[in-house]
Amino acid sequence: MSEKSLKTVKIIAMCITLIILIIAGRAFYIHRYFKGAVVLSSGVTEVKKLGDYSSSLKGTTNDCNIYILDSGQPGGTLLVIGGTHPEEPGATLAAHLLVENAQVEKGRLIVAIYANRSASTVSRPGDAYPQFFHIPTDWGEKKFRMGDRWANPLDSWPDPEVYVNYPSKQMLAYMDIRNLNRTWPGKSDGSLVERTCDAFIQLIKQEEVGLFIDLHEAELEYPVISTIVANQNAQEIAAMASMMLTAMEFKRPMGMEFSPPSLHGLSHREVGDHTDALSLLFEAPEPFLDRVRGITDEHLLLTGKDPFVMKAGEYGLLYEKIDENGWPIDVRIGRHISSILQVTETFSEMYPEQVVAIKNVPRYAEVIENGTGHYLHNPEEALVDRVVYE
Amino acid sequence: MATINLVIMIIYHIFSAFVAFVLIWSIIKTKNVQEAILYCIILIPFTLRVFHIK
Repeated sequence: MSEKSLKTVKIIAMCITLIILIIAGRAFYIHRYFKGAVVLSSGVTEVKKLGDYSSSLKGTTNDCNIYILDSGQPGGTLLVIGGTHPEEPGATLAAHLLVENAQVEKGRLIVAIYANRSASTVSRPGDAYPQFFHIPTDWGEKKFRMGDRWANPLDSWPDPEVYVNYPSKQMLAYMDIRNLNRTWPGKSDGSLVERTCDAFIQLIKQEEVGLFIDLHEAELEYPVISTIVANQNAQEIAAMASMMLTAMEFKRPMGMEFSPPSLHGLSHREVGDHTDALSLLFEAPEPFLDRVRGITDEHLLLTGKDPFVMKAGEYGLLYEKIDENGWPIDVRIGRHISSILQVTETFSEMYPEQVVAIKNVPRYAEVIENGTGHYLHNPEEALVDRVVYE
Repeated sequence: MATINLVIMIIYHIFSAFVAFVLIWSIIKTKNVQEAILYCIILIPFTLRVFHIK
């Protein structure tokens, strides 16, 4: 090749590289700095920051919004966190629905929509994850950011060779130092996610939280699914709630499992052991997360329908049933919302001095009938001071 | 720990910038078309890292 031709090819290659860089860089940048609107229900009395409870977290990506719904009436305090794993949108949206709709008549409700906000700023392109998903509402489509299981390496890096949980000294996989459900109870001078857990522990202590709920979704290949995982301090509540939900509301049963005493770093174990709060974790089925899934896109994320996961079910390889109806996001959110309400009712009956009474939140059947979007409000029609951004 | 991580992160970015510079230099200097295209492809992730985008 002549000198001139070589130079021409190099210039063309550099130009194409620059175009790819701009397109890719723009997509990553838009995803990372996307701001989703949250319309506060009239029940939200204060919006704080997680960093208000621990100075080491102030100003970081994980300094997420903490929504406080205070009835002004005596009672207990319930803390619900979504977004521990932002690749589980049913959990995040259930928390979002609470903030946009709930009103509290007794006690207090505290909600975090994106507990590990950093993990919501990164997706998994190598697994074909969509960057965003859209929920149809009565006023148009609402756009949400799809996240990952682990905090963004841009915010927390490098990872250790082996992650040693503090203070249990249990050894875990290296990337779990960025996993909010492996770093409890946290460490005030630790990594970003350890500091996040520490801040939540401080929140639980300072706000005297009596009941703590961590929302999740799981693949059908995973044995801990469609269940409430309970610390031993909350096992009666979990058992009663699972029976009530299975008998009265859900088509598929809601199980109950004990938090293993020697499995450290998980919220159901450590929150119950290191604070006075009763600690529970909810799991809903999300076929999008199954390794045997087929086309990975927004459609699968929202419908939960996948022929490959169904085939795995036919061979008895799954821990939850799946048919041609899949596991739509409305069903998953409905299960979470009803579980929160049922557990709160049971908690209030067992601890009458810590009553938490929540109203104006749709239950399972209503979410399925009307769709999740029916309960999301138009930020353009809301008062400016009632709209916050995540 | 946060301070040590920050120092390592800064060193990593300086290192990435150096690799990106070497790649651009190699693209200019090479007489082989395939090598030039290969260096262009390798340059993409390093550049995104230098700008703290991905």
